[in-house]
Amino acid sequence: MRGDRTAVTRDSRLVGRSSRESRVTNVWRVLLAMVLTACAAPNAARPPFRWGGDAEGGAPFVEADPADPSKVRGFDVEIAGMIARGLGREPRFVQVQWSSIEQSVERGDFEIGMSGVEDRPALRAAHAVTIPYFEFHEVLAVRRADSARFRHLSDLAGRRVGTLGSTTAYQMLLDEAARSRLEPVSYDDDVHPYDDLVGGRVDAVLLDNIIAERAQRRLGAAMLIQAEPAATGHYVGVLASRDGALRDSVNAVLRARMADGSIEKTLRTWNVWSDAQGAYFQRVLAEAGTQGVAPVAAPDAAPDAAPAASLGIARGARSVGAYLPALARAAGVTLALSFLAMALAVSIGVGVASGRVYGPAPARALLTVYVEVMRGTPVLLQLFVIYYGLSGVVRLPAFVAAMLGLGLNYAAYESEIYRAALEAIPRAQLEAARTLGLTERQILRLVRGPQALRLALAPMTNDFVALLKDSSLVSVITVVELTKQTAIYATNVGSWVVPGMLCAAIYLAFSLPLSRFARRLERRWSAV
Amino acid sequence: MSGALVVQDLQVAHGARTVLSDIDLEVAPGEMCALMGLSGSGKSTLLRSIAALQPFGAGSVTVGDFALRPGPLPPESRLRGLRSRVGMVFQAHSLFEHLTVLDNVTLAPMHALRWPRAKAEQVASELLETLGVRHRASAYPRQLSGGEAQRVAIARALAPGPLLLLMDEPTSALDPARRGALGDTLRALAAQGRGLLISTHDVDFARGHCDRVVVLSQGVLVEQGPAADVLVRPQHEATRALLQGTDA
Repeated sequence: MRGDRTAVTRDSRLVGRSSRESRVTNVWRVLLAMVLTACAAPNAARPPFRWGGDAEGGAPFVEADPADPSKVRGFDVEIAGMIARGLGREPRFVQVQWSSIEQSVERGDFEIGMSGVEDRPALRAAHAVTIPYFEFHEVLAVRRADSARFRHLSDLAGRRVGTLGSTTAYQMLLDEAARSRLEPVSYDDDVHPYDDLVGGRVDAVLLDNIIAERAQRRLGAAMLIQAEPAATGHYVGVLASRDGALRDSVNAVLRARMADGSIEKTLRTWNVWSDAQGAYFQRVLAEAGTQGVAPVAAPDAAPDAAPAASLGIARGARSVGAYLPALARAAGVTLALSFLAMALAVSIGVGVASGRVYGPAPARALLTVYVEVMRGTPVLLQLFVIYYGLSGVVRLPAFVAAMLGLGLNYAAYESEIYRAALEAIPRAQLEAARTLGLTERQILRLVRGPQALRLALAPMTNDFVALLKDSSLVSVITVVELTKQTAIYATNVGSWVVPGMLCAAIYLAFSLPLSRFARRLERRWSAV
Repeated sequence: MSGALVVQDLQVAHGARTVLSDIDLEVAPGEMCALMGLSGSGKSTLLRSIAALQPFGAGSVTVGDFALRPGPLPPESRLRGLRSRVGMVFQAHSLFEHLTVLDNVTLAPMHALRWPRAKAEQVASELLETLGVRHRASAYPRQLSGGEAQRVAIARALAPGPLLLLMDEPTSALDPARRGALGDTLRALAAQGRGLLISTHDVDFARGHCDRVVVLSQGVLVEQGPAADVLVRPQHEATRALLQGTDA
């Protein structure tokens, strides 16, 4: 019996052990299956079709779906979906800033950029471009009271006209400016030009009719869109110059969707269809054999972007002479803005630091709030608030708003530098000064301040160089400074290489002498 | 007896801790008085109270005809009378590093007393000459030796013409030869009618140059008298401990 029990026990252990082993084996089998499935998955289905668009552009192009902001909707969204499905793939949206669509598509961030991308010769020269799928008009919007006197661009001599930077409309304004002293005002978005039109900061806005009509719905009778268009343009999809074959496939899908009415249906849904659009589609389909098959000078079979890139570099190099005056002017704006903002920052910073060191408790508390709010919120946000947010109360010129925004923001950082420097002066020095009969003000001016300045010099220099670069943010409130002008230059020539190098060289030419001067001063002070 | 300095019943407390208790002392014009005691006995606190750098809770401090009362320190605008009568030389000199020697000495006469630059520089030059550092007038404090810096600090404190000079450990950074020279210099200053109250651990210095000695122990004045008496025949154990260089 004992032997039987032992045998049973042994058998139980064996049974238990084999159960455990069986479970472990099953787990490994499942894991292996998952790994194999994961490896096999990419081969089993085609990759999603990545398309780039700017949801900030808004309806009817691309906007976040109000019902589900994680998704996007708009006619560009639907057309991109048609293209993807026509290629047997699922669409996948990639958010990109509108002005960076071309650079991003060449970089490979997505396969096609579609977001109200305007057809133009420079685009076709640098990238693979689809057939146009929409015809629009450049229209002039004015204040209703000016509708009789500002009918055409030629009526706006000496006036400020706003538009989106790096667009066909902006180029039209630059060309007109050369003839009639019209002043182009470049914006980074297409909403604020119309706000400023109604607010009186600009006298007209030149942009696509779709954008103008959207603004009209928002602003109502305050503005009027002139009936006669200033120009006609087309929206296209842009692909990397190396993707000519894909472009051709996309064209085939677009023609098919034009022919079967799908695109028409989409455009009607988004209220941008017209009979003229229908006539345009007919022309496109009729020219199917010749239009948009291959862009002028776009290399289809290039294995990489080198030819288009070298075209861009060559264009950039040739155009240096043409753009140098504009860059020099913009550099002047950057320098003037940086110096004035820094002077403001230092003045306010000294006051805030003194208040926090010497002031009564309520003053110290208020100044601390100022410092924390200014340091804790983005300077970009502060620029928007000063220029746009306060425009109902005080309408500041863009340069003044830029100077104030940068100055007030950097004052907070400067004040902390000065406060630390003041508090670093040994107490014994201040007591010695007191026993000599100096007043607190004299002690600050003659003893504490000068020594604190020596301590503050290095971090101040740092801040100035940082401010010099942060001045590039002010383009969001229409100030065309060095970086913005460089971006316009780069977009127009289709390459960042030459413009970028020029821009960097100019910034270094500003910041290096300053750093050197500060180092010399530090060495001189430390020698004594 | 009227003196450059009269301290009566002075009391200083930091929170619940009594730092100085019932201090009575006088320093006559032309007198060099050594304030002695072990570390923590309250010497620096006493000097700072006299110089109105530290408030005191009870008693009074009178310098010439200017009196300080107990309580919070008055604003500097009400201390002008004291500042013109009292000069202080700190242990670490506390010269203003960004100014030359000459500028250090002329700062107070020009800005506190509003003397014209020429007068301030003349007085400063004479003081620096007296103290043997005239040749260093254009140097910066970092370029001075310890002894030179101390003499510049003395010149700076004397420039406004105070009745009373307070000094905190003036010999701590000096070698014996320089201590002797400093003592001679201070004797000469006292001979001009100033009172000097010198906080020091240096028994030899006090014995060799001071007229009177005041000994503090744990915030209490335990012994005072002519230096020749106190330092040769000490009555209090704290004084004996001080002379022996041991803790009481």
